[in-house]
Amino acid sequence: MHKKVLVIGSGPIVIGQAAEFDYSGTQACQALREAGCEVVLLNSNPATIMTDPGMADATYIEAMTVQKATAIIEKERPTHLLATVGGQTALNLALDLEEAGVLTTYGVELLGTSLETIRDGEDRERFKQKMELLHEPIPTSTTIESIEELTTFIESTGVPLIVRPAFTLGGTGGGIATTEEEAYKMARRGLEASPISQCLVEKSIAGYKEFEYEVMRDAFGTCIIVCNMENIDPVGVHTGDSVVFAPAQTLSDHMHQTLRSASFRIVSELGVIGGCNIQFAVHPTESEYYVIEVNPRVSRSSALASKATGYPIAKIATRLALGEPLDRCINPVTTNTMASFEPALDYITAKVPCFPFDLFAETDRALGPQMKATGESMAMGKTLEEALQKAWRGAGIEQAPLYPKWMQEATVDVLMKEIEAPTDRRLHACLALLDRELLSGDSLQQITGITPHFIQMLKRLLQMTKQDLTEPSGLLQAKRLGFTDAQIAEIMHVQVADVKTLRESASIQPVYQMIDTCAAEFESQTPYFYGSWHGTSEVEPSGKRKVAIIGAGPIRIGQGIEFDYSSVHAVWALQKLGVETIMINNNPETVSTDFSIADKLYVEPLTSEDVMHVLEAEGCHDILIQFGGQTGIALAHDLEAAGYHLLGASAQTIDQMEDRDRFYQFLDSIEVEHIPGEEVSSQQELNEAVQQLGYPCILRPSYVIGGKGMLLIHTEEQLAAAHPNLAYPILVDQYVPGRELEVDCVTDGETVYVPVILEQIEAAGVHSGDSTMVLPPVETSKSIQEKVESIAKRIGQALDYKGALNIQFVLNEETIYVLEINPRASRTVPIVSKVTGEPLIEWATYAAYGLSLADYVPTSVRPLTNYAVKTPIFSNVKLPGVDPMTGSVMRSTGETLQFSSHPYVPERFTYDALTTRVMTRSQIAFGEGFEHFGDTPLADVTDFQDVAVLFSDATDERELREAAVRNGVHIISSRQLAQYYQMSQSLADNQVQSLQSIQMKEGVAK
Amino acid sequence: MNGNISLLNGMQLTGTWETSARHASGEVVFFTGMTGYQEVLTDPSYAGQIIAFTYPLIGQYGLELDGNESAHIQVAGVLVQTLADHGGRPELKDWLEKEGIPVLSQVDVRALVHVLREEGDQFGVMSHEMESNDPQPLHQLTERVTTTSIVHEGNGEKGHVVCLDFGVKASMVGEIVKRGYRVTSVPYDSPKDVVDALRPDAILVSNGPGDPRDHLGRIEVIRELALSHPTLGICMGHQLLALAFGCNIEKQTYGHRGSNHPVRNVKTNEVWMTSQNHGYVVERTSIEQSPLELLYENVNDHSVEGLVHPNGTIFTTQFHPEASPGPTDAQSVFDRFDEMIQQGVNVYA
Repeated sequence: MHKKVLVIGSGPIVIGQAAEFDYSGTQACQALREAGCEVVLLNSNPATIMTDPGMADATYIEAMTVQKATAIIEKERPTHLLATVGGQTALNLALDLEEAGVLTTYGVELLGTSLETIRDGEDRERFKQKMELLHEPIPTSTTIESIEELTTFIESTGVPLIVRPAFTLGGTGGGIATTEEEAYKMARRGLEASPISQCLVEKSIAGYKEFEYEVMRDAFGTCIIVCNMENIDPVGVHTGDSVVFAPAQTLSDHMHQTLRSASFRIVSELGVIGGCNIQFAVHPTESEYYVIEVNPRVSRSSALASKATGYPIAKIATRLALGEPLDRCINPVTTNTMASFEPALDYITAKVPCFPFDLFAETDRALGPQMKATGESMAMGKTLEEALQKAWRGAGIEQAPLYPKWMQEATVDVLMKEIEAPTDRRLHACLALLDRELLSGDSLQQITGITPHFIQMLKRLLQMTKQDLTEPSGLLQAKRLGFTDAQIAEIMHVQVADVKTLRESASIQPVYQMIDTCAAEFESQTPYFYGSWHGTSEVEPSGKRKVAIIGAGPIRIGQGIEFDYSSVHAVWALQKLGVETIMINNNPETVSTDFSIADKLYVEPLTSEDVMHVLEAEGCHDILIQFGGQTGIALAHDLEAAGYHLLGASAQTIDQMEDRDRFYQFLDSIEVEHIPGEEVSSQQELNEAVQQLGYPCILRPSYVIGGKGMLLIHTEEQLAAAHPNLAYPILVDQYVPGRELEVDCVTDGETVYVPVILEQIEAAGVHSGDSTMVLPPVETSKSIQEKVESIAKRIGQALDYKGALNIQFVLNEETIYVLEINPRASRTVPIVSKVTGEPLIEWATYAAYGLSLADYVPTSVRPLTNYAVKTPIFSNVKLPGVDPMTGSVMRSTGETLQFSSHPYVPERFTYDALTTRVMTRSQIAFGEGFEHFGDTPLADVTDFQDVAVLFSDATDERELREAAVRNGVHIISSRQLAQYYQMSQSLADNQVQSLQSIQMKEGVAK
Repeated sequence: MNGNISLLNGMQLTGTWETSARHASGEVVFFTGMTGYQEVLTDPSYAGQIIAFTYPLIGQYGLELDGNESAHIQVAGVLVQTLADHGGRPELKDWLEKEGIPVLSQVDVRALVHVLREEGDQFGVMSHEMESNDPQPLHQLTERVTTTSIVHEGNGEKGHVVCLDFGVKASMVGEIVKRGYRVTSVPYDSPKDVVDALRPDAILVSNGPGDPRDHLGRIEVIRELALSHPTLGICMGHQLLALAFGCNIEKQTYGHRGSNHPVRNVKTNEVWMTSQNHGYVVERTSIEQSPLELLYENVNDHSVEGLVHPNGTIFTTQFHPEASPGPTDAQSVFDRFDEMIQQGVNVYA
């Protein structure tokens, strides 16, 4: 039977749901099409590879609501639905569709794991019943739907207890309560966060060791474990926030088999078909265990397990959902064994999460059951220490002599704070406490609950720093424990170059081995490698023309999935030219780290030292850094200094754009206006500059992501308050009010192609990443647009640069100022590509490679027939303590796109994490200055649970905004956006349109 | 570096010598499981072999009270990347020292696997740099590991199973005892009348080290016992029963040793992940020349994983249903043995 499958993606990136679903969704689409199915895709996230028009037969970048999904089903009439590759968002939507009767009405059949099974996994009460049926131990718990029920539970079980809201992403609203008061507070919040007003409250098993099992089961009952993983942190820290090792380190075979068998009983009883994630808590010394959670779908952990082992879980899970048996699916890694086996690793994988705390000094860094990490770094090594150190530096964590400099002087109290309520810096604080002999290993273990084996590991790292590392055997040992030349140089008080010389004279070189799923037992062809300092290298450099592509590393606020989109497209473009592509990236969630994308894939930290080792091993001279965001840019100097060739770019050009003085000189030289401002290197210079520029002004450091450290200063008092925290040199600019415009163009130095201009709705000063943008522009006149285009062309031609170029402008009356030039791919490139249907990254790659753009790009830009609106999506609810205002520091984690015949799209407010319930609320509240925009004055709001939207930007309303966010209220803090919102309310919704049909129309318009 | 392992083909790998025992020689084999070092080290089937662990750590979770498969460490030597301390007592390293087992760490095990994969398992010598060693092939491996006297275990009343002990693993006997039987292990070369005198209700032909063809003198006894009792053969026992009914045995290029080997029941298509440890295999084409039928096959290389006699009271597995270490997917093999003894149930079911 011909199958037409509707695949539901995961929507915009939010904390708890990141790029892993682009990877799993892309694999699923590919697997379905390989199996001869027609694919219809719904995903509102435009920055993904999954939503590329080539991935599905019909792609809908639309709001992920029942209404829109129903319209798509009505139009496309799919026979089947695949809902297990799009995270919680897809599962929730599938459940909603079923409850609304849509699936029955249109006869859509679910592929793989049934909705009943999904409910068994998600609905706490049903899950509990299932586990009791199987005699699988679970912590004493009860499901509550009201506060009264919590009272009963506390009377019988007491505190500490854990609150877990049902059907939420990354544990939103949950937590561990150690007092009754906390328990009530948390339960209220959790009930609100849950779309079905349901929470599980359970006895706290904090302190138990936490393990995860990635299980596959086919329709015939064959089960395998792809991988198990161990959290370094005991139960209590969300697994997404924990440092994780794969495979598990401290489970005996007996205990491993116990959990493995339990996993099989559970997936068999639930009737899972495809992938499933099961979390266990194991007593630190006894063989007692509890089942914590079952996720009957692919997940962040399954992406990690796939990359850690090489076993493509999402691809195989999709084939199982189609009814294929595991023992008839070929293992794509070895190509000569079957998918019904369990990977054997001969290395250790470590995962380290990345947090946005540096952007928001005010956030509480303590980790708990509610996930706070935005992304993760993965690394392999032959030792635990090596894997961990590589993952740490891949996450951008300062690795000086093992812990950051400030911890060398920090007081015991300060360090203890980091470990008692564990923060993201807990392990480094452990290292500092041990190294400074402030605490014994035993006490550390008691306080943190971290297994002795891992404390030993930290001690071994510290011991290494006390050895003579200038002596070859000491040096080799240090390399095998993951120390970089730079770290060794610091320990031995010598130059990095000296360490390198010493190392080379002792023939200590990195080796690269294949990730082959089988510990070399079978021959494999998979070009997927990791580096270590032990064994024999398995890399055979080819004689082909080759280019290394630097990926963007872990997802952070300000550097999201869009760079992965660009990296993957750069690979494809080079492959079209017959060039061998070498991808270097360490983000396990992404499509770029799927070994089937580039010709060769290296999972290595994106530091110059690690990257250069790979380049050396591959004999690769040419490197593309412009698609790796700021991570790639940061490597430019070192790579160039070492004699490598950066395609299309140079460190000189990058500096020219980042160094304000040089940047302004450049703009002056081509007669382009810039905002008055300068770079200052002392407090005195700063004061003088501010006096000259006047208030308001903007302070910002160079080379940062997401406006980190950026400050808008209105008064002398604010400036004085900012002084102590400034690091010089710093840029100070006059604040120019007006409208921001943005351009993503491609240049080869002669031909500059500007496809479209993006117009920001919010006033200048709101970070472009947090702004709503319309393309083509609505408010900007034709003549201004032409001027912007001509400035962009002038810049593209004058700059010593080839490739993707992002330029930000501010329009003040008739004057166009250039704010920023980014010689790299940008956040908006995938959006522009999707809206215009033009392969911008492909062209940028050709230009960087040295081809003439004139042979590829159209000679004139064709007008768009549709409007497209990009809207930011925030994860504020996950970051308590952050003021949910838009401003100069980026706060959003993802974005979404809407196509429309007019530029006003009302659906934008339906995307946030707490969506469906918020949509049904009645009140629109307004704060000071927004009197025309709502129906309820902020002062009259008695319960934020009745409020859908709050308009507020007053400084003294901050606490109320934060309270509103905790209750799922959507905040609008921009006057312009408020007006836009009002405009859009009166307009009718549009028909659903597939991306393919939109692009077809745009093509016709040409 | 203060030691090395030399293979017959001339390959030599260096490493760090970890214990005071200074010499080992034996067949070099590799184990791909990521857990289970304690069970592997004490498994009599590994007697006399130098075992290379492909997972880079052993020792990381210490030792377990009930983790031994026999009273002592059976392997001749250990090759590994890192011999880890787990931060508690007892430590694996101390035990290896006490048992006098040479251990070489920091060994490039992956390179070794590449060679064994291409050229097959082969003889090797572990030498400390201060001493030169001549290979000392171990003979009569089975004599070393079989029981020297008749040993009774369990007091179950469901029946009496006699185990021909070629080097039986403790957990294999344990699985049968657990199901309510008394198990008596006898030396592998016990004459038929000694077995008969024990009045067995069923026979277990156990696992064990070495080449099954070294025991051709025993196969007639095994055949007679099997034809007159419900019989289960595991690993070496499976190979001996195959030989007894006319199949051939061949040496694999490199054996199956690990915890992730997929096995399909050809009658039901059920697939299990199994624990395996063997370097010899029943020649698949030779099944035709015997009354036996194929019951289990390896999903990857289609090698013979188990046989059944049409009379329904004899069946065999190449894999280890008792696991230890490894997956417990195949434990129902013992349930079937149990049913077979109780009801004479046909194992086709």
